[in-house]
Amino acid sequence: MTILTFTLILLGGAYVAGLVGSLTGLGGGVVVIPLLTLVFHVDIRYAIGAALLAAIANSSGAASAYVKEGITNIRLGMFLEIATTIGAVAGAVIAVYTPTNTIAILFGAILLFSAFMTIRKKNQEALAAGSNMALKLKLNSTYPAKDGEVVYQLKNVGAGFSIMTLAGVLSGLLGIGSGALKVLAMDSTMHIPFKVSTTTSNFMIGVTAAASAVIYLQRGYMDAGIAFPVVLGVLAGAFTGSKLLTRLDPKVLKYIFCLAISFVALEMIYNGYYHQF
Amino acid sequence: MKNLISKTPRADQDIERLIGLQLRFGVITASLIVLIGGLIYLKQFGALAVPHYHSFTGTKAGYTSLGEIFKGVYAANAKGLIELGVVGLIITPILRIAFSLVGFIIEKDRLYIWITVTVLAIMMASIFGGLKI
Repeated sequence: MTILTFTLILLGGAYVAGLVGSLTGLGGGVVVIPLLTLVFHVDIRYAIGAALLAAIANSSGAASAYVKEGITNIRLGMFLEIATTIGAVAGAVIAVYTPTNTIAILFGAILLFSAFMTIRKKNQEALAAGSNMALKLKLNSTYPAKDGEVVYQLKNVGAGFSIMTLAGVLSGLLGIGSGALKVLAMDSTMHIPFKVSTTTSNFMIGVTAAASAVIYLQRGYMDAGIAFPVVLGVLAGAFTGSKLLTRLDPKVLKYIFCLAISFVALEMIYNGYYHQF
Repeated sequence: MKNLISKTPRADQDIERLIGLQLRFGVITASLIVLIGGLIYLKQFGALAVPHYHSFTGTKAGYTSLGEIFKGVYAANAKGLIELGVVGLIITPILRIAFSLVGFIIEKDRLYIWITVTVLAIMMASIFGGLKI
């Protein structure tokens, strides 16, 4: 295969990954890693490098729109970024000592968990009385809705912070945004309305991924020949996905994709278990 | 409503708009550099066989430091250009933290100035800490 053919096929694959990642809410990077390793037999370290870049591009691109609408809670994001960046740096350091097969198995497990998280019931309600800690840290806020501003408060700040650290470690170790864990921390633990938790999580992914990306860049994980089609493909796919999302409610698509991704996750675990990486 | 959270709602919104613009500008610029580098890369190497990506070569492939990347860009090297775009992409969210810091300083929000400085310090430790091992 020539570099030209490889690039074009990868560009197409990355486009689909970005599209599926955007429609399911899983993120393009999560779909790109199995594509590169299972289909193109690329070393998982190159796949992780490229996926991190795709995560940064997606997060920054989408966040710019949400921040403008005023849904993102910037203070909450900044506060929790202390946890995710420390975790991400730790994850990138641990990665050196972790066998690639273990990383693949762990990746499969997180992928299964993420697929499950996207189809579960979401927290739509705003909490009226939050904790003292949330008040002290100025984390309570409002977000615009159809019938005016919605006021929300939050609680369990410490527990949310801990889960965020774990999300950071996994993000640094596996090269993914780990949006599912971030949403779990904010949505289920801190009782933040779904709309705020997803956009704030997206807002944070770029910074979290950048914290480990600088380390991976210095280690040579980011190969130009792979990064180029993956970044552009995933970005274009995610852009198409966000346009489609405003026009259709992809409930059925979401279930189909999540089922398909669960099979991919099992394949990653199986291959990792039999030392295929 | 905004007054509950911030004493200066106008500054708050302005900084949010600025952050949004900066993020978009960063991603677009970085992707354009990656695209230009990629097209040159395809023109130069497109007909060659795919490198052995199933074995990891790490830093031997080059372009793992800013010095190497700038040298590559200066020599109009395709891979150097792509990696420059990669660096631009990574810098975008880091710059965003710096912009937020400016916002919190304007608002005189002491607590969040410290929180933002902490996040920036962690990022700097990651960049300059020699953690690549």
